[in-house]
Amino acid sequence: MQTFLQRNLFSTNFAFRLIMKKTHILILVLIAAAVGYMIMSMGSLSTYESIASAKQKQGKFVNVIAKLDKSQPVEYDALKNPNYLSFTAVDSLGNTAKVIYHSPKPPELEHTERVVLKGKMQGDVFECQNILLKCPSKYKDDPKNVQKSLNENTQQ
Amino acid sequence: MQYIGERLLPGQLGHLFVILSLVASLVAAIAYFKSTQSDLPEDKESWKRLARIAFSLDIISVFAIFFLLIFLIQSHYFEYFYVYKNSSTELEPKYILSCLWSASEGSFLLWTLWHAVLGGVLMFKGKEWEAPVMTVISFAQFCLATMLLGIYFFGKKVGASPFALFRQQMPELPLFASDDYVTKIKDGNGLNPLLQNYWMVIHPPVLFLGFASTIVPFAYGIAGLWTKKFGEVMKAALPWALFSAAVLGLGIMMGAAWAYESLTFGGYWAWDPVENASLVPWLVLVCGIHTLLAYRSTGHSLRATHLFFILQFILILYSTFLTRSGILGDSSVHSFADLGMNIQLLLFVLVFLIPALILFAGRYKQIPNIVKEESISSREFWLFVGSLVLFLSAVYIISFTSLPVFNNVTDKKSALGEDQEYTYNRVMVLVTSILGLLTAITQYLKYKNTNRDFILKKIGVPTVISLIISVLISIFGGIHYDKYGAGYLAAIHVALFAAVYSVVANAMYIWVGMKGDIKKAGASVAHFGFGLVLVGILISSSKKEVISFNTSGIAVPFGEDSKENSKENLTLVRGQELSMLNYKVNYRKDTFFTGDPKRYFEINFQDKEKGEEFNLYPNAFINYKGNTGLMANPDSKHYWNKDIFTYITSLPDPEKNKDTANFHDKTVKIGEKIFFASGYMTVDTVTSAYERTRINTKAADSVVALKISVIGKDSSNHLAQPLLVYTKGNSVSIPDTVLSQDLSVRLNAITTDGINIGVKESDSLLQYVTLKAYVFPMINILWIGIIVMVIGFLMSMWRRFKNV
Repeated sequence: MQTFLQRNLFSTNFAFRLIMKKTHILILVLIAAAVGYMIMSMGSLSTYESIASAKQKQGKFVNVIAKLDKSQPVEYDALKNPNYLSFTAVDSLGNTAKVIYHSPKPPELEHTERVVLKGKMQGDVFECQNILLKCPSKYKDDPKNVQKSLNENTQQ
Repeated sequence: MQYIGERLLPGQLGHLFVILSLVASLVAAIAYFKSTQSDLPEDKESWKRLARIAFSLDIISVFAIFFLLIFLIQSHYFEYFYVYKNSSTELEPKYILSCLWSASEGSFLLWTLWHAVLGGVLMFKGKEWEAPVMTVISFAQFCLATMLLGIYFFGKKVGASPFALFRQQMPELPLFASDDYVTKIKDGNGLNPLLQNYWMVIHPPVLFLGFASTIVPFAYGIAGLWTKKFGEVMKAALPWALFSAAVLGLGIMMGAAWAYESLTFGGYWAWDPVENASLVPWLVLVCGIHTLLAYRSTGHSLRATHLFFILQFILILYSTFLTRSGILGDSSVHSFADLGMNIQLLLFVLVFLIPALILFAGRYKQIPNIVKEESISSREFWLFVGSLVLFLSAVYIISFTSLPVFNNVTDKKSALGEDQEYTYNRVMVLVTSILGLLTAITQYLKYKNTNRDFILKKIGVPTVISLIISVLISIFGGIHYDKYGAGYLAAIHVALFAAVYSVVANAMYIWVGMKGDIKKAGASVAHFGFGLVLVGILISSSKKEVISFNTSGIAVPFGEDSKENSKENLTLVRGQELSMLNYKVNYRKDTFFTGDPKRYFEINFQDKEKGEEFNLYPNAFINYKGNTGLMANPDSKHYWNKDIFTYITSLPDPEKNKDTANFHDKTVKIGEKIFFASGYMTVDTVTSAYERTRINTKAADSVVALKISVIGKDSSNHLAQPLLVYTKGNSVSIPDTVLSQDLSVRLNAITTDGINIGVKESDSLLQYVTLKAYVFPMINILWIGIIVMVIGFLMSMWRRFKNV
C-alpha cells in the first residue's frame, strides 16, 4: 500500500494526470457555472396554486388555474379606463377571488373553459399580470363544439 | 345504414397509400439495413436495389396521400372530418394548402413529404453512405407513417388519419341518423382565423423542411458510428448540416416575423415554449457544424460532433412531443390540444434516442481522438469553446422550457417566474457577449497555431472600428433599459459591443483574410449576418417602447408591482383626436373588403412636429364562424430605422350598448344656444340644400334641412344636418349624429313658435376602439441579418457540396 502511494501519489506522472487538459478544466468550469446559474434561477420559479393556497401566499407571484365565475359581473369599460378589468374567478375547489387585471378584457373571456391567472394575491384581491385563456373553440375535436359548428353549417 | 352521396373512393385510396407507405418504408429500412450489414458486394447491391424500389414506392405513396388530401379539401368533401374541421367553401384558394397543414395530421404529412424528397436526393447523392443513412431515414418514414394510420391496435389508437370520415369520427352526432347527411352539410368549420394569413402559406413548408432535414446529419452520424468510418462519413455530412441550419434557421425566424407582423404577441420573440422547442435543436446543430469544421482541419472534436448531431435530431423529436402532447397547455400562448397520441409520440422520441445513445456509448472509445490538446491560439480550440457555450445555452433554454414535463414526472407544480422573458434574456445577454467576441475573433485565428503578431496585426483595425461604433451607439443610441438595474443595462452595452465587433470583424475578414474571394466567404457572410441579428435584437428589444399610454379616462392608482402592464392601452373614440407621444391619432372609420371577413379600422397618425401623416389599418375578425369575440391582426408603418406598430385590444360590446336614451324635444329659434352635456349647438339656417352621404331623397316631394353648428367642450366644431322629408303627404324625420359628441339631433317640425328639434345624448352612439401601439427601432437590422446569415450558410453549403 505504502509503495503504491509512494510510487503514484508523488510521481510527476500522477500529478500530471491530476492536472487535466485545459479543455477539460474549461468544460468543467463552464458546466459548473451553468449548473450553478440554473440552481440560482430555480429560486425565482413560481408555483401553481389553488385560490385558497394563493391566499396563504400573499404577495407572492403564483399561477392559478381557475374559471370565470359567471354569476358575478365582469366589469370593464374601455371608455372609463381601458386598462382596468375586474371579474371573479372560481377554482375547481369552489373558492372564489376577485381578480383585477390592468389590461383590456381578453375578447374570449366569457367563453373560456378555464384561465391560467398569473399574478399576486393582495388581500382578497388577485392582482393579475397575465391571463392565458384556454378556449373551447380551439379544441375542435370535442363533439359538443363540433355539433355547435354543425348547427351553423347544415341545413335541415 | 346505407348512406347516400358519400364519395368514398378518394378516402379509400388515401388509406391504401398510407398503408403502402408504411409497408414500403419498413421494407426499405430492412433492405438498407441488410445492405449495410452484408459483406459480399453482390449482396450489398441486391439489397440496395430492393431498398431503392421500396423507398421509391414510399415516395410515390406519400405524394399520393398529399395530392388526395388537397383534392378532398379543394372539392369541399365535408364528409371527411379533416376537410370539415379545417376548411370551408368561402376560403380563398391560397389557403387550400394552409388547411392541409393547419392540423396535426397534415403537418405530419408535410414532414414525411420532405423526408421523401430528401431521401430521393440521397438515393442519388448518398454514394457509399447511401445504405446506412437511408436505413435511418426509411425507419423515420415508417414511424411517421404510423402517425397517419388512425387504426386501433390492441385497443390503442395508433396515429390519426386525415382520411377518417366524419360519421366514423363522431357517430353519436344526430346528423348521422339521416342517410342523406352529406347533402345537409353546406359548409365546413373553416380555417382558424389566426391562420388565415399569408405567413401560414409559406412558414410551415420552410419550417418543416428544416425539421425534416435535421435527420440527414443525424443519419450520417449514426452511419459513421455504425460502419466505424467515423470521420469519413461526417465530412460528407457537412453540406447537409449547413443546409439544415440554413432552412431551419429561416423557418424559425419566419415564425418570428409572422408573430411580429400578424399576431398580437407584441414582438417577434417571447421565449414561448413552442419557439424554444424549435430554436434549441438549431443551436445544437450549429454546435455540431462548428466542431465538425474543427475536426476536418485538425482531427479534434469528432466525438463531440457525433454527440451534437445525434442530440439535435432527438431534440427535434422532443419538440414534436412537447408541442403535440398538450403538456404545454398551461404554459404556452399557443394552444395545443392533446391528440391522444402521447404514448406514440413519446415512443417516437425513445425509438431514436435509446439506440443512438447505446451506439454512441459503445463506439465512444473507437472514435478517433487526438490526445494532444489544442493550442490556446488555435482556431479549433475556440471553435470548441464557442460550441460548448452555445450548447450550454441550449441546455439552459430547454431545461426551463421542459418545466411542465418535470411537473408531470415529479408531481411538482412549478412554473416560470414573474418575468418569463427575463429568465432567458439574462442568460442570453451573456451568451451574446461571448459568442459575439468569438465569432469576431476566431476566423482570424489559424488552425493548429497562430502567431501572436499575426493576430494583433490583422485584428487591430476591426477592433478599433467596432469599439468606436459601439461606443457611439452606447452614448447616442439612447439605450436606457433599466428595468432590471444597472448591471443588466451594462451587460446589454457589453453585448452590443460584442455584436458590433462580430459584424465589423467578419465583414473585414472577407477582404483581410479572404482577399475578397467571395466564394470562400460563406462563413464570414453567415457570421456577419449573425452579428447583425444580435445587434438588431439588442437594439430593438431594449428600445422597444409603448406609445399608447393612456391619457384619457379615469386615472386608477396602480400598485407598484403592476406598473409594467398598466395604462398601456388607449381608447380612441371615433372622430376624436388624441395625443400619443409625438403623434396625434384619430380613429376615422371602418372598412370592409369583399371576400375578406375582417374589419379594418382606419387609424390616422399625424406627427406633431413634422406634420407627416399616415394611416394604419389594424384589423380583426369579429365573431367569426362561431369564434366569439375579436381576433386582432396588427398593422405597422415601416421606416428604415423603426416600425410604428399597433393592434386592437378591445371593442365595444354590442350587447351592452343597446340604445336606451330618448330624444328630448324642444322648440328653439335660429341662433339660440342649446346646451348638452359636452357642449352647445346653434341652428344656423333652415334650407332645402344639404350634404349627406348615403341618403337618397330623389323620390321626395320636398326636403327641409337644418344646418346646426355643434361646438364641443374641446372647442371642436361639427356640422349636424337633420332632415325632414315629405313624400306624398307623409313626413319622415332623418336625424343626424355627431359621433364624437355622443349626440343625435332630429328635426320634428317647423312651426310659428320656432323650430322643434329633438336632442339625444347617449353612450351607444360612441364608436371606439381600444388599442396598443409600440415603436420598434432598428428591427430591420434583425430581418436583414437573418437573410444574410441564411445566404452565408447556403454559400458554405454550396462550396462543401462541390468538395465532397
